[in-house]
Amino acid sequence: MESKLGMRNAKSMAFKGVVIFFAFLITVPLIIVLLYIIKQGITQVNWHFLTHVPLPTGETGGGIANALMGSFIMVMMASVVAVPVGMLAGIYLSENPRTKLAYYSGLCVDILQGVPSIVVGIVVYFWVVKPLGGFSAIAGSIALAIMMLPIIIRSTEQTLKLLPDSLKEAALSLGVPYHRVIIKVIVPCGFAGILSGITLSIARIIGETAPLLFTSLGNNFLTMKITGPMDSLPHIIFTYATSPYDDWHDLAWGASFILLMFVLVLNIVTKLLTRKWKIQL
Amino acid sequence: MENTIVKAENYNSYFGDNHVVKDVNISINKNEVIAVMGPSGCGKTTFLRGINRMHELIPGATSKGKILLDGENVYDMNAIYVRAKIGMVFQRPNPFPNLSIYENVVAGYLLNGIKLSKADKDVIVEKSLTSSALWKEVKDSLHKKGTFLSGGQQQRLCIARAIAMQPELILFDEPTSALDPISTSSVEALFHELKANYTLIIVTHNMQQAARVSDRTAFFYMGELVEFDDTKQMFTAPTDQRTQNYITGRFS
Repeated sequence: MESKLGMRNAKSMAFKGVVIFFAFLITVPLIIVLLYIIKQGITQVNWHFLTHVPLPTGETGGGIANALMGSFIMVMMASVVAVPVGMLAGIYLSENPRTKLAYYSGLCVDILQGVPSIVVGIVVYFWVVKPLGGFSAIAGSIALAIMMLPIIIRSTEQTLKLLPDSLKEAALSLGVPYHRVIIKVIVPCGFAGILSGITLSIARIIGETAPLLFTSLGNNFLTMKITGPMDSLPHIIFTYATSPYDDWHDLAWGASFILLMFVLVLNIVTKLLTRKWKIQL
Repeated sequence: MENTIVKAENYNSYFGDNHVVKDVNISINKNEVIAVMGPSGCGKTTFLRGINRMHELIPGATSKGKILLDGENVYDMNAIYVRAKIGMVFQRPNPFPNLSIYENVVAGYLLNGIKLSKADKDVIVEKSLTSSALWKEVKDSLHKKGTFLSGGQQQRLCIARAIAMQPELILFDEPTSALDPISTSSVEALFHELKANYTLIIVTHNMQQAARVSDRTAFFYMGELVEFDDTKQMFTAPTDQRTQNYITGRFS
């Protein structure tokens, strides 16, 4: 009996060791990628890099101002559409989980989440770019909004589903009409979760290249015209990286670094904000 | 008769095909404390939730018959108006976690978008918290979140929230079943004080509690109102055999 116990303890320890080893192992690629991009990119980043547009080949310097501006504008426009629509759909799904409509729209959300981003790009190309007669930031934003929607819908739904029914009953029993219960009680109580879904979706789309290739195309000039082609961070990385020039490759690393930092900061800020605003139930 | 505040006439509730409350006729007077007791699943909570039309919020739930509040059938009135007029306190304390203690008390006004001056709100908050015997404990932390209070304090906060709307009638759905004995006695003590200004209907599965706090007691069994009488009478000499069996603990 004694020896058997020892054996069992040993097995238990071995299992624990294996689990810890793999938990550690998965952080290795991430850290290597991070370090490599930082090493390659950080030397490129300076004020000139952030405030200048790409220069013609042969000239030294040049930057990513057009891409920064483009990404900002397109992500903003996509959010303006996707955030309210996604939140409302998420509210519906959490409030009426047993209806037919909820079942089918939930199914659609899941499928939409699985649609490859390049397919979203092609679809928007046929629906928006072709009828409008040209590449535009609007088309790019629509593609990005479609990518954001499932993430916002699901995170809103999951967050609100976790809130206890007693909260809603408390408000309803005070004679508060249903729409005010949702706006004044349910959404504020789930705000931290909804917000983290929104920032997560932004972090997800800011690096998307494929849906922008056929929609907003790209633009070597700084522009705010949303009906014309516009550049974006992932697209400028693509352009610089696939060029035959070494100094352009360096610029691609710089842009990658900026993109990475943006996603990193967004994630950290989200974590801090959600912790601060988390409602203690 | 003039003194009647709530009267049920042939009131029935259903969950789908399940007939939960059967043909209840009851008449409750102003400033009375009524205990509604009975074994689990006897329909006592469902009946209570029928009074302020909370029952119908559950999908598939329906009801038939009349509940008269001051002579007017609540099922002919706007449900939102009915719920604002009748206070309700639930089994588990449910203060709004996103609001402070102060905001929780005036939540009925805040959430309904009723604008009040700061002075009016201050008065309502102090009065309601005093009535719910919580003012002394929280007067220095009014702007902290209500969820930091203990369970018993939270429940008294919920009572203050109901009182703030100036209802005539307050419904309690097993208000102490989630509380420890000390919090329970603080809430029970409150019932005696509230009686002066309000009518209380308290659903409880705790017979001792019914005996301690109420003037009259209604006994529900299998969806029927079996007996409704003075609490003393009920606990000493019930007329119905089923009441007798329940009180003597032959089933629960």
